[in-house]
Amino acid sequence: MGKYVLQRIFYMALTLFIVISLTFFLMQLIPGSPFSTAAKLSDSQLAIMNAKYGLDQPLPVQYAMYMGNVLQGDLGVSFQFSNTPVTELIAGRIGPSLSLGLQAMIFGTIFGILLGIIAALRQNTWLDYGSTFVAVLGKSIPSFVFAAMLQYIIGVQLGWLPVAFWRGFEYSILPTIALSIFPISIAARFMRTEMIDVLGSDYITLAKAKGASGYEIAFKHAMRNALIPVVTVLGPLTVSLITGSLVVERVFAIPGLGEQFVTSINVLDYSVIMGTTILFASLFIFTVFVVDILYSIIDPRIRLSGGNN
Amino acid sequence: MNNILEVKDLNISFHTYAGEVQAIRGVNFELKKGETLAIVGESGSGKSVTTKSIMRLLPKSNSEIKQGSQILFDGKNLAELSDKAMEKIRGKDISMIFQDPMTSLNPTMKIGKQIAEPLIKHQNFSKAQAKQRALELLELVGLPNPEIRINQYPHQFSGGQRQRIVIAVALACNPKVLIADEPTTALDVTIQAQILDLMKDLQNKIDTSIIFITHDLGVVASVADRVAVMYGGKIVEVGTVDEIFYNSQHPYTWGLISSMPSIDTEDDELFVIPGSPPDLLNPPKGDAFAARNRYAMAIDQSEEPPMFKVSNTHYAATWLLHPDAPEIDPPEAVQRRRKQFPGNVTKGEK
Repeated sequence: MGKYVLQRIFYMALTLFIVISLTFFLMQLIPGSPFSTAAKLSDSQLAIMNAKYGLDQPLPVQYAMYMGNVLQGDLGVSFQFSNTPVTELIAGRIGPSLSLGLQAMIFGTIFGILLGIIAALRQNTWLDYGSTFVAVLGKSIPSFVFAAMLQYIIGVQLGWLPVAFWRGFEYSILPTIALSIFPISIAARFMRTEMIDVLGSDYITLAKAKGASGYEIAFKHAMRNALIPVVTVLGPLTVSLITGSLVVERVFAIPGLGEQFVTSINVLDYSVIMGTTILFASLFIFTVFVVDILYSIIDPRIRLSGGNN
Repeated sequence: MNNILEVKDLNISFHTYAGEVQAIRGVNFELKKGETLAIVGESGSGKSVTTKSIMRLLPKSNSEIKQGSQILFDGKNLAELSDKAMEKIRGKDISMIFQDPMTSLNPTMKIGKQIAEPLIKHQNFSKAQAKQRALELLELVGLPNPEIRINQYPHQFSGGQRQRIVIAVALACNPKVLIADEPTTALDVTIQAQILDLMKDLQNKIDTSIIFITHDLGVVASVADRVAVMYGGKIVEVGTVDEIFYNSQHPYTWGLISSMPSIDTEDDELFVIPGSPPDLLNPPKGDAFAARNRYAMAIDQSEEPPMFKVSNTHYAATWLLHPDAPEIDPPEAVQRRRKQFPGNVTKGEK
């Protein structure tokens, strides 16, 4: 296990290095420069600005400089936010995105898995159709429509919860629900299919033959076996939720990462694009790692070992 | 000997898109205390459906045990019992061993826990007691190092070992009836012999009655006291092992016996029963076997034969046993066997 983890960390670092390099060079393919959209600058002013940020150097030199800085934990400074360090920008904005994403994920998976189990146990009854309906709605209604609906009904009409802003737990409830509808529908659909599959297997018949009740069969025998494929889809989904849903953050006026990422691409804020990409990639790689560890916990047939065994 | 289980006039249908499949059409048999009854027959003859219905393990959504069917156990008709009441019987009084040990254990649960489950559920054992009993059971079914093995998962065992574990699970609560649904079919021949020996040995130790489903007559000869031959959802012949092997009366049983390879004969070709099993969506009129039976008579096409009595333990459903039926010569393999049968061959009376 220890050897496996070390090996994985090496490969994770390698992946991250490749992602950073690729993004760095791909970004150069976007026409224009960080200063081309700003107020009109004369050629000499532009040259001064480029020299100041090192953009006049040949690309390989820029790349080497950037990599050197990244290794020291320096992600550069933002062009659009008056030279604020990127690490500071991200640190200030990751909090809301992270807690909102995690809340949505935890609520969404638990609720979705339960919904899927109920649908599988009561196959072809109104409970099953109801859960399918919820899942189809969750996948087909855009989250901003759903978010606006929640704001209007629960926030405005009923007045139970605040409509927007990020000032405490009750402010996070509506955006959490809005964001979790997608993981709910994914988890519910996968769990239903897997549960129906597992419930038809021989060992479930044997469990019945042992006298196990419906509840014991579902939760002691079937659930763990059905979870394995569900974990696969939920891993990457977690990352996309944690790193912030642009739309939901916008609608609820939450100062998160998603919004920042998109605006920095629009204005070619190189270092913010790079910084956010590094963060997203790290989170993704780490989640995949966690999912693999989860597999081995859920399924004893999967043993984690170093490459030589 | 008294009967521990009686099945009377069992009728089971499956509702499919094509229509109603009459899988079991009036099955009667009894299981005596301490005996092993083998149920033999080809695929689709209704062996597994019959035994699954005893455990009430048939899918609720499309199967139906018809009104009037009786599965009498311990003074109760299992066919009419509630699901909750059935849960108390399954695994405690009646338990079951399945065909494929590779898939019948939960892959994500330690085997110790799988064995302990029925003990905790039915006998109110504490976890420690259940573990102790699980260790004894593993010892009983001949699995070495039970202390280590109990904490392992099914994938860490071979097929034969897994079937031993399944047997341990089935025997955990000392059931009165053990249903073994082709327990050796998925195992290779040497392991088959070991598992059969184990089952015979355990039957003596815990005094349970066994219903043994198989399509392997060699297995039947080595384990069974009595044999019921099923065809097309009915029992067509029932008798002691000797009666079925050495004095069979039904042409279908003749076919089964003739198609058994033997080391005594020098035949190059193995006998095959021609044709295919009847369509139970539209069961044939008369004897279901008539279409494949070269001894079939006119009456077989129109009238179903009743069970004719051959001896107190031996019955067969064929018109050939009717007093008015013509004398015929059974296949050579059957004639050869009859010479070894101690009793006289007599025509039956109804």
